[in-house]
Amino acid sequence: MSDHVRDAATAVRDEVCAAGEPWVGQLRVGQIFRIVDLMGNQAVDTLFYATADPEVRYSAADTIRRQRQLYLTKGSRLWSSDGRVMLTIVADTCGRHDTVGGACSAESNSVRYAFDRCFMHSCRDNFLAALSAVRGAGGSPLGKRDITSNVNFFMNVPVEGEKLTFADGVSAPGKYVEMRADMDVTVVMSNCPQLNNPCNAYNPTPIRLLVWDAP
Amino acid sequence: MMDSGRGRLWRVDIPGGQHWSGIVRRGTRLRLTAQGPVANAAMLLYNQADRLERYNMADTLKAQHTALLGAGHVLMSDMGRVLAGIIADEAGGHETFCGVSDTADVRERYGATRFQEDRNARFLSGREGLLAELRKWGLGVADLTANINWFSRVAVDRDGGIALQARNVQGVSVDLYFEMDTLVAISTAPHPLDDAARYAPAGVTLLAKRMQAAGRELCRLHCAENGRAYANTQAYLGEGA
Repeated sequence: MSDHVRDAATAVRDEVCAAGEPWVGQLRVGQIFRIVDLMGNQAVDTLFYATADPEVRYSAADTIRRQRQLYLTKGSRLWSSDGRVMLTIVADTCGRHDTVGGACSAESNSVRYAFDRCFMHSCRDNFLAALSAVRGAGGSPLGKRDITSNVNFFMNVPVEGEKLTFADGVSAPGKYVEMRADMDVTVVMSNCPQLNNPCNAYNPTPIRLLVWDAP
Repeated sequence: MMDSGRGRLWRVDIPGGQHWSGIVRRGTRLRLTAQGPVANAAMLLYNQADRLERYNMADTLKAQHTALLGAGHVLMSDMGRVLAGIIADEAGGHETFCGVSDTADVRERYGATRFQEDRNARFLSGREGLLAELRKWGLGVADLTANINWFSRVAVDRDGGIALQARNVQGVSVDLYFEMDTLVAISTAPHPLDDAARYAPAGVTLLAKRMQAAGRELCRLHCAENGRAYANTQAYLGEGA
């Protein structure tokens, strides 16, 4: 894996996802996908599905156990729940990404913060909206059942002893992570709108998404 | 743990490497007891009234600011409610982010087996066991999310490296008190990080008793987050606080 820095001018897709918005994209095997944390400390909640058969999907538990590693960084493989490598992280200027912390939802906000925090935009609402546009086997749209434990790019959820905390980000403006698709994958993202904890430094910001064809 | 026979509903002895599922009713205390020194019970939970609502590893851990589960913690659904609380626990440190082994893992580690030669002593993986149970209820791969691994503790180092911690759990129990009618699926296959050369997991006994909100306060008062999750659950069940 080279540390060659890719030129945005040669990307086949280059767009900005606004703070708090969902995003869906298709990657073909071999393509490179870069997520740029434009303003720093932004959490990017991400699910992956095999485009050919969305029942094949990213599994946080399999990714953790197979690598005996809780955090994701360069060299980490992202595994499906049925033992396939879906993507490999090939560059990472941030250094640590989470896959234990899950996605925020109205209901978990009511538990974690206060009952009235139920009425705030959440990653699960984004996931549900985005999944309704992704077709599963047989042509029916994906839905709540298909939301599994996700990756949180740029999010810092350190475990110390038995404690798990949401800490201030390790990311900063312009930090990025790049991954290679090892199969055709559908990416479903929520550019996290959480305002109640430091995962976004209490200020959700836009991200930039780029795709390059296989080198 | 000592236990009288009063209120006893049922008992199941799941042999090591096997699988089980059933409905555990609201108001039931379910005691899991390891039958040998090395045991693991991989568990998934679903609201029986709406199986789209299910145990959620991330919501459970982050709401309670913990990486591992023990007495006082609750098992939260993705809808901000309490499926069950851990009202007593002789083991502690149960992990919930390592998932289960699959067929290829088990074959590679312990060797190939099949029913024709090995009958019911064949080596089943955790994934095979959980899926066999989920499919009985119309559930499948999409419902197979991060499970709890009872009796298995993992250590996390500074850089995020994880390791299963060896310990003897023979006779050790953990008690769950159910707040909702819950579909529970269990596999007693070895923990996915178990490096033992032989496939010889111990069995796990399930003992269900009807009890009056036993030990609920330990969990409800554990943290403000749990208090709100119990309130959400009571509202859903149509009960006053």
